[in-house]
Amino acid sequence: MENDVIINQTDSINKISEDKNRGKTIIDVMNLSAYFGKTKVLKEISLSIPKNKVVAIIGPSGCGKSTFLRSINRMHEVVGGTITGEIFLDGNNIMKFDPVLLRRKVGMVFQKPNPFPTMSIFNNVVAGLRLNGVRNKNKLTEVVEQSLKQVALWDEVKDSLNESGADISGGQQQRLCIARAIAIKPEVILMDEPASALDPISTAKIEELIHYLKEEYTIVIVTHNMQQAARVSDMTAFLYMGELVEFGPTAKIFTNPSVKKTEDYITGRFG
Amino acid sequence: MLNRNNLYFIRRKVTNHIMLSLTFLSVVLTVLPLLLIFYYTVTKGLTSLNLDFFIAMPKPVGEAGGGMANAIVGTLILIGIGGAIGLPVGIMSGTYLAEFGNNKFGNVVRFLADVLSGIPSIVVGVVAYTIVVLPMHHFSAFAGGVSLAILMIPTITRTTEEMIRLVPHSYREAGLALGIPKWKTSLVIILRSAWKGIATGVLLAFARAAGETAPLLFTALGNRFWSTKIFQPIASLTVYIYDYAKSPFTEWNDQAWTASLILIALISLISLLFKFLTRSKY
Amino acid sequence: MLSSNVASENIGDFIYKKLAQFFALLVLLLVIVMGYEMYIGSQLSIDKFGWQFLVTSTWDPVKEIFGALPAIYGTLVSSFLALFISLPLGLGVAIFLSELAPNWLEKPLSFFTELLAGIPSVVYGLWGIFVLVPWLRNSVEPLLAKHLGYLPFFKGVPYGFGMLAAAIILSIMVLPIISSISRDVLKSVPDSQREAALALGATKWEVIKIVFSNSRSGILGATMLGLGRAIGETMAVTMVIGNRALISPSLFDPAYTMASVLANEFTEASSDLYLSALIELALILFFITIIINIAARLLVWSLEKRWSNVK
Repeated sequence: MENDVIINQTDSINKISEDKNRGKTIIDVMNLSAYFGKTKVLKEISLSIPKNKVVAIIGPSGCGKSTFLRSINRMHEVVGGTITGEIFLDGNNIMKFDPVLLRRKVGMVFQKPNPFPTMSIFNNVVAGLRLNGVRNKNKLTEVVEQSLKQVALWDEVKDSLNESGADISGGQQQRLCIARAIAIKPEVILMDEPASALDPISTAKIEELIHYLKEEYTIVIVTHNMQQAARVSDMTAFLYMGELVEFGPTAKIFTNPSVKKTEDYITGRFG
Repeated sequence: MLNRNNLYFIRRKVTNHIMLSLTFLSVVLTVLPLLLIFYYTVTKGLTSLNLDFFIAMPKPVGEAGGGMANAIVGTLILIGIGGAIGLPVGIMSGTYLAEFGNNKFGNVVRFLADVLSGIPSIVVGVVAYTIVVLPMHHFSAFAGGVSLAILMIPTITRTTEEMIRLVPHSYREAGLALGIPKWKTSLVIILRSAWKGIATGVLLAFARAAGETAPLLFTALGNRFWSTKIFQPIASLTVYIYDYAKSPFTEWNDQAWTASLILIALISLISLLFKFLTRSKY
Repeated sequence: MLSSNVASENIGDFIYKKLAQFFALLVLLLVIVMGYEMYIGSQLSIDKFGWQFLVTSTWDPVKEIFGALPAIYGTLVSSFLALFISLPLGLGVAIFLSELAPNWLEKPLSFFTELLAGIPSVVYGLWGIFVLVPWLRNSVEPLLAKHLGYLPFFKGVPYGFGMLAAAIILSIMVLPIISSISRDVLKSVPDSQREAALALGATKWEVIKIVFSNSRSGILGATMLGLGRAIGETMAVTMVIGNRALISPSLFDPAYTMASVLANEFTEASSDLYLSALIELALILFFITIIINIAARLLVWSLEKRWSNVK
């Protein structure tokens, strides 16, 4: 019974994603509230994320940015959060997915690079594929090369694919984690302050990468660095105390925000 | 292709459920023997639990009743001797490790204390035999106390170190900033904040020592009679349990259960106290 | 005035440090003295039997011929059998406690399993004699003999007292060690590893496998500490193993371990050679457990350093 539901779900996801055209929204958030215990950390948020765009979420610490991001692939459950309201991925309510399947569609990159230290670089990249039962060596090799090239790491590590994923620099580890996320071809990549633990050069590389990746993926990125948001994103959402204050094209948010609070935050008057 | 993928997914889900259930099963299988041991110790132990058990002497074979007054006093004396030797060594070396032990020598001592706690208690008994019983030419409470002291030292050392390290650094700095010398800061401020944890840790070490049998077999030996002499063989609860367990007499078997009940109750109570006190702090 | 005050305080600090150091030194000396005493005590036996002590199987106090093989065999077989039972269970418990149990269940359950470690060995033995052994004799062993009797492991008279009883009681005693150390080892794996796996679409079990692969050396360490405990365990084993210097493949047969030889015979040692042979047994136990403990502690400690690399 439960299995039937799972099969139907994947079928419908595939159908819808085929039907959808570019420019349509891929994630629709409606009336989303999130709670940790009795504390309400997100308050009735509604917004739509267009396909193949980069959306930045900004706001002062504790405003609920990370929780918002995590609720999109239900990683909020891992840290004990609950949500009300709806989130749709390609028109399907994510709460009706098996989280395991959902996360295959919505990948995630974390603040601190977290490669698997017991796995080689090669195995790190294909970890997701292996989980899904891909065993074909040629296929795996192909995906490793392709993914590492996409994150511009291939030239740096192609001779050391068998070394531990933890034996490279922090910036390289983070790009490896992005490669690991895109190797399973998700539709959306969530990034939780992906460059905050990195040096400026590595940060620049990650930002460049985001530009390039949106050709194929939709990216939602949380950042506390407003210059970064301005540089990498097409659209920006400003969250404050759990509320969505303003959401619109990045250019507009940063030059001519409609809400006074947004302007105050962006010009550094608080936060 | 899609279908094959779904089958694989179902397989993953099923594996997931089976393995998670197995971990739960192993919890049940682990808790079960503990419950059984508690159950038998309580039900069988209660049958002979009465005032006589604490204040009367053992009766000769075949006579009902009697108690283990000599063994209870014996165990207390053994722990007393063990504590008198083990306590200063354990507390001082633990203080050393916490206060000055961030060097090579400290690491060696810390490591050896851990290793020492893994040495079988019967081996400790053999050592106590060779260094105390052989030169003195007879078994004695003192020899038993020495072996218990050796067993207590690693526990007391490591607990003392941990408890002192738990005291927030600011306490120490506050003391030093006032110009109080290090030894006074350590003794007054730190021992004052850490003493509860250390005291229960010591009690726990005592309780465990009270449950030791093997190292007493050929040091304190055992004694059917009342004795409080330090240089004579002495009775203990655990050696009584061992002897009475092997005996064919039901009365004695029952008393072995009662002695076990007392020991388990004592150890559980002190463990609970230790857990409670070390958790609620800081 | 001021300077003399400072100087006296420095002397106070100096004495305090040296005093503490002296007692710490005692801990170190204790281990050395233990080894030395037993080495001296076993000289007679070492001179007389040499390596033969380890590989011959006659243990005859009357003729004063001592070969420790049956005791060594019994020690190793009972300990490894115990590990065979308790390792999967202990790991299951560790996984449950560290990865699955909600907080309100984890704390009391952890405490409960740790209590198992605090029960005196002699109480396990008592329980073994009156509960476990009769159960084995009346139910388990006849059943095994009936269905698996063609195997050499389940032949002979089901006494109850014997290798099987020893292995089971040891496994119960070793379980809390393996489960509590493994739990700590699993818990030391940072949550970022679990999140990385979950975000890739791993099931709970697949996450556990990845966490596990990070903990192998620590779990090996936990297993070895369990082994060390099983090898040196005395009272419970002595009370249920049957105590006969016998090398038999059947788990129903009585056997002997080094520790139980000591427990049974030490006070009866009538000659210097007999005593010396027993002390040599203790020396062997001392060395085996020290080596196992050193290796195990190094494994567990080395794990704490790993996470400095991934941050």
